[in-house]
Amino acid sequence: MRSLAVGAILAGLAAVPLHAQSLDSRLPTCFACHGENGTSQLPDTPSLGAQTAFYSMVQLLMFRDKLRVTEPMNEMAKGLTDDELRKAGDVISKLPPPVPVADNPDPARMERARAISTQNRCNFCHQSNYQGQDNVPRLAGQREDYLLKAMRGYKDNSRRGYDAQMSEVVYGMKDEDFVELAYFLARQK
Amino acid sequence: MTYSLRRQGLVLAGTLGTLLLASWPAAAQQPAAPLPPGSPLIGRPDTAGAQKLAPVPAPPLAAAADKLPVDKIKAPKGFKVEVYASGMPNARSLTLGDKGTVFVGSRLQDKVYAIVDKGGKREVKIIASGLYRPNGVAFKNGTLYIMELSQLSKIDKIEDNLDNPPKPTVILDGLPKDEAHGWKYIAIGPDNKLYFEIGQPCNNCLPPEGYATMRRVNLDGTGLETIAQGVRNTVGFDWHPTSKELYFTDNSRDWMSEDLPNDELNRMTKVGQHFGSPFCYQGNLPDQEFGWGRKCEEFVPPVALLGPHTAALGMKFYTGNSFPAKYRNNILIARHGSWNKTNKLGGDVILVNIKKDGTAGPIEPFLTGFLENNTYVGRPVDVMVMKDGSILVSDDWNGAVWRVSYGSARTAGAR
Repeated sequence: MRSLAVGAILAGLAAVPLHAQSLDSRLPTCFACHGENGTSQLPDTPSLGAQTAFYSMVQLLMFRDKLRVTEPMNEMAKGLTDDELRKAGDVISKLPPPVPVADNPDPARMERARAISTQNRCNFCHQSNYQGQDNVPRLAGQREDYLLKAMRGYKDNSRRGYDAQMSEVVYGMKDEDFVELAYFLARQK
Repeated sequence: MTYSLRRQGLVLAGTLGTLLLASWPAAAQQPAAPLPPGSPLIGRPDTAGAQKLAPVPAPPLAAAADKLPVDKIKAPKGFKVEVYASGMPNARSLTLGDKGTVFVGSRLQDKVYAIVDKGGKREVKIIASGLYRPNGVAFKNGTLYIMELSQLSKIDKIEDNLDNPPKPTVILDGLPKDEAHGWKYIAIGPDNKLYFEIGQPCNNCLPPEGYATMRRVNLDGTGLETIAQGVRNTVGFDWHPTSKELYFTDNSRDWMSEDLPNDELNRMTKVGQHFGSPFCYQGNLPDQEFGWGRKCEEFVPPVALLGPHTAALGMKFYTGNSFPAKYRNNILIARHGSWNKTNKLGGDVILVNIKKDGTAGPIEPFLTGFLENNTYVGRPVDVMVMKDGSILVSDDWNGAVWRVSYGSARTAGAR
């Protein structure tokens, strides 16, 4: 059902090349992958809901200018004006926050992750409730697979940050730390 | 003295206590476990006050020309401040071509810009893109040198090819790829060698071999050598116009205290000197961790203290002819401004007077107003003296370059 909808949207857009379209006409394509209301159901694809406007704008700018290389996002952001980047950040920030994983979390894993987060001061810049601020993204309720991919990317330098902060922070961290943190953060409201 | 010794003892005891606690099974609300080696957060306190201090993110887009805070930037009486050029996101280091082109590097963008002056009207061109943290730019004999995070490249005859420049040719690669203090400032010395630094890849740690060092290399990429050690992160240097000695700013460590240590202005009098990091900061302050068993006297002290966490970056001796005589051969330093300090400091250009013997005299404000109510309206990065004696100051917050001139008619436009 869902993939049918995505297909229909993509087919409908095919007549006009994406990079010639305005932000408004591109938005349905965004939500086709990032989920209705910005809560993603697709593996490795982040939820956008309630993300900070500044962070979203910066990431879109990095996609547009190929500072961060990830298909299909470079194609999606191609040709957007600076004003459209700002507007996209605002639109995303007003979407409802993603719904965290609702299972019976393993208390031992949650406790381990909390200690790792405190040790590395994740809860400082990302805030104690992991809602983020300015260029520091919201993490609460984000997809577990995406969180893990992002942290591994910072560690092996395949994910380029806007500034050097995250590369610095993960410099001394281990992969098992990332696994526990992703588990924990995906279960935060 | 006794008091301070006892305090140090308490700090040590506290550290041991934390270490012991950390080896026990984790429980909620325990003090945080020690950070992994090399973590930039080492020393960062686990307190509500420090928690508020997230890095101040630079705006990713340049400010519109009509939104630049031109009325807020203040210079001493008789000086005029104006916008030289705008629309260059994250404008960082500056260098001047033989034919008057101003080249501008960037750190959070992939671009190097060129500002071309055509009869007072200035045009901004992108002359290189697809680069990674091209913060460093220098110019010599028609060639532009560009330093990215881990490689040095050049474009020959750049000013003859501004509209269709060739891709930069790499002349030195394989430098470390560490992001922390990895972006580089470059400048070409009186010995015709290009100088740069391999920064300390952490806030405060024992740097691996080869890090926290200043290097120099011939302009063809050969003859790489280390010339100084114990330099945590310099993002600005210049040579005294007569003594030819190298002076450089250095950013001191974070999280020791709100008000310590100071950033430094250093002077290198011979090759191989050690400037203290991470053992001793500001010439007289042993590090709480790495200072044990060492003495500040082992290291070359700074000639001037530039304020705590002020992020002293680009600097130039004023060698122009149009400013009042008191500026001549003294140093103008851009202080980017602090982030890990509750009441921000810096965000200005200061004048450091240099005495005949090479030591520093009084420091005074020169360009202010970038910091308003503890919020930035601009952040100075680099300083450059123009042929007409005016100076340019880059501002990565606004993506602009400011021009400061003295007098009115005499300095209007290029001579």
